[in-house]
Amino acid sequence: MRASGAAMSIGKLGRSAVGESAFRMEARGVSKVFGAHRALDHVDFGLLPGEVHALLGENGAGKSTLIKILTGAYQPDGGEILVDGAPVVLNSPLHAQTFGIGTVYQEVNLLPNRSVAENLFLGHQPTRFGLVDRRRMERESRGLLARYGLDIDPGSELGLHSVAVQQIVAIARAVQLSGKVLILDEPTASLDRDEVRRLFEVIANLKREGLAIVFITHFLDQVFALADRVTILRNGKLVDTCRLDALTRTELVRKMLGKDISFSGSTSLKTERPTTEVLLNFENFGRRRSVRPFNLTVHKGEVIGVAGLLGSGRTEMARIMFGIDPADEGRATMKGAPVGLRSATEAIALGFGFCPEDRKADGILGELSVRENIVIALQGKLGWFRALNRDEQLDLAGQFGEAMDIRAASLDMPVKLLSGGNQQKVILARWLATDPAFLILDEPTRGIDVGAHAEIVRTINRLRDDGMALLVISSEIDEVVAYSSRVVVMRDREMVAELRGEDINPGVIVQAIATHGETAHHEAAT
Amino acid sequence: MNRSLRPLLATVVIFAIAYAAAVMQFPALFSTRVLGNFLTDNAFLGIAAVGMTVVIISGGIDLSVGAVIGFTGVLVAVLVTWLGVHPLLAFAIAFVVAAAFGAAMGLVIHYLEVPAFIVTLAGMFLARGGASVITQDSVPIDHPFYKMITSLYFRLPGGGRLTFLGLTMIAVFIIGAILVHRTRFGSYVYALGGNTTSASLMGVPVARTTILIYMLSSVLACLAGIVFSLYTSAGYPLAAVGVELDAIGAVVIGGTLLTGGYGFVFGTFVGVMLLGLVQTYIIFDGTLSSWWTKIVIGFLLFLFIVLQRLVFAASAQGDKAPGRA
Repeated sequence: MRASGAAMSIGKLGRSAVGESAFRMEARGVSKVFGAHRALDHVDFGLLPGEVHALLGENGAGKSTLIKILTGAYQPDGGEILVDGAPVVLNSPLHAQTFGIGTVYQEVNLLPNRSVAENLFLGHQPTRFGLVDRRRMERESRGLLARYGLDIDPGSELGLHSVAVQQIVAIARAVQLSGKVLILDEPTASLDRDEVRRLFEVIANLKREGLAIVFITHFLDQVFALADRVTILRNGKLVDTCRLDALTRTELVRKMLGKDISFSGSTSLKTERPTTEVLLNFENFGRRRSVRPFNLTVHKGEVIGVAGLLGSGRTEMARIMFGIDPADEGRATMKGAPVGLRSATEAIALGFGFCPEDRKADGILGELSVRENIVIALQGKLGWFRALNRDEQLDLAGQFGEAMDIRAASLDMPVKLLSGGNQQKVILARWLATDPAFLILDEPTRGIDVGAHAEIVRTINRLRDDGMALLVISSEIDEVVAYSSRVVVMRDREMVAELRGEDINPGVIVQAIATHGETAHHEAAT
Repeated sequence: MNRSLRPLLATVVIFAIAYAAAVMQFPALFSTRVLGNFLTDNAFLGIAAVGMTVVIISGGIDLSVGAVIGFTGVLVAVLVTWLGVHPLLAFAIAFVVAAAFGAAMGLVIHYLEVPAFIVTLAGMFLARGGASVITQDSVPIDHPFYKMITSLYFRLPGGGRLTFLGLTMIAVFIIGAILVHRTRFGSYVYALGGNTTSASLMGVPVARTTILIYMLSSVLACLAGIVFSLYTSAGYPLAAVGVELDAIGAVVIGGTLLTGGYGFVFGTFVGVMLLGLVQTYIIFDGTLSSWWTKIVIGFLLFLFIVLQRLVFAASAQGDKAPGRA
């Protein structure tokens, strides 16, 4: 119902004037295929002048592929791109610039080693007799920066300014050189609150000047604060484009996560209480620019599910607990004794295990064999001088390989040749070999097939029954409900809710992700 | 103040102190005669170091410089002495060869994405080997034009001579400084040294700039080779072995960051003069082995690398912040 209403509103805007679209920029039915994977499937996207248009979607939704097509970094395999109603082919980001399309990335793509003025004018510096007229360049920079409320010395080195200032300089450059469409790709990801506010003022001003702005972010608060319309992608398909004032937060989250979650039923079955023995206690544990301090108690024999959207701070929470990014606030105790958790080595020595989100980059050692991948964490724990010999290694690998049902032709084949599900099992086996007391799994079921999916969930349940404590991060709400004894909800880098018992059901979780923790329960109940 | 000026300032101060100390011990060092010789004796090194400065600011390295100097000397000597070509024509031929050589290295570095270190190492072997294949011996150059050029000088007050070779080096430094600091090409060089991805997204013609940078370095090495052949009146295939390393040393001592993105042409000038001062001091002393030059250079290099680390680490918070995703 809602979807059709939104489609109508686009229809009106898109086809009101026949032949001449109202859109500043438009993507019609664009597709992009990588090998067997369809990253973008007939997606329509229209951008109006003078609007901020948020683009939302979880990992793998096709957001970044669409952006790369709009900026000319990728060529679409199907469909077309129109600027001011005329079809265009964008060969590169630079070429897109000539059509008025400028982009600002999360990682500021400027030159920190050069002056602010040079960053604004590089490639277009005013010259006199073939030499750069530095005085004029700095004068013009000053005027340009003043429009963005920046009073900084244009001759100063860009890298010495805060990320927010660099971000605004990047916007100023993009707008000055392009001037029609501004694409902001997660510009706020490394900014603090005041800096975000400052950036928003700049964006709001540009909107009033008639610029068409695409805004990509993970922070829903920012979407509601800034955007006029939103386009939601999921698995490479368009879910919906609609006005934000016609949408509640819960509806938005539901569209992003993709399940038509019913508010009744499917409550967690794990009513059996965990053992009361406290394993870990985190008090005011946090890290600046990463996760706001949180309190969490972990008991033996329980699974804590972590729900939240991408970028909500859920991975950061795991990294702090495992000592990869050590906490700079609060304290942690294990069985009552204080622990530092300053490094991953320390965490492993305490009996922690961590299966990271990006299996390929941070998890498996692709060139090494299944056997070597399984024993490496245990060997790391044993240290340099107690090497496991080959027989011991094979024994271990065989034992855990069988326990985890790893399907490999041989334990000596490179792990990169295995399927995603089997790779995940290898990483699980690696940590199980160290006999951990506390295991952190970040998105353990991403990108693996349905069968392997069920097996991983079964394994999690089995480990819990064996008395291990687990912290499992997942964007699959049904999955979180299926194995969690408790669910913590992350939003905007903050733990906003801790749900237990009856509250562990998809409706309450979605509500908590969308709104503040205190109100989640009531809203769900009404 | 621009923080990248600080290492340069330190170099200037150290040069001033070192020179003052040397003059206190050997008052004869303080004369236009010695200063004039400074310029003449180090002309070839200074010219090559200007090219090296550009390469290093762009984040690259050129190890072929010494070999190109040697090759140029041999090529010019053979053309002039064996084949009777006029030196000016021989110079022109050498410049064309060097430009093509540098462009080829730039092409490989950019399009095949091979590290500059490896490509210019190969270039070094090629140029040095090529020179040795032409002749194994020193080929003397005895041409009236050479005699005329080497006898050109301005007399300085106090009896010193500002030779044509010394003037050539000064001219190269001035033109180099204008090119690097005041042209768009110069800003592209810094852009490449800062961040190649950003540079290409900002519209810097990365391919053209890279090729031009290595062309420039080879052409300046060629000019250095010509100056060296004028200085020695001969071409020798094993001439100027290791000069690329002296040049890198002078560039780094002059405050240019070896990782690229920061640096000044003037700093390299001071660096070359500092190396010249060390050599002259050792000659004046007379009892020290000339290898002490290398020890002092090594020590200075360490000092400057540490100094740069400190300067950039102290004010790096702005750079570091966006790194964390």
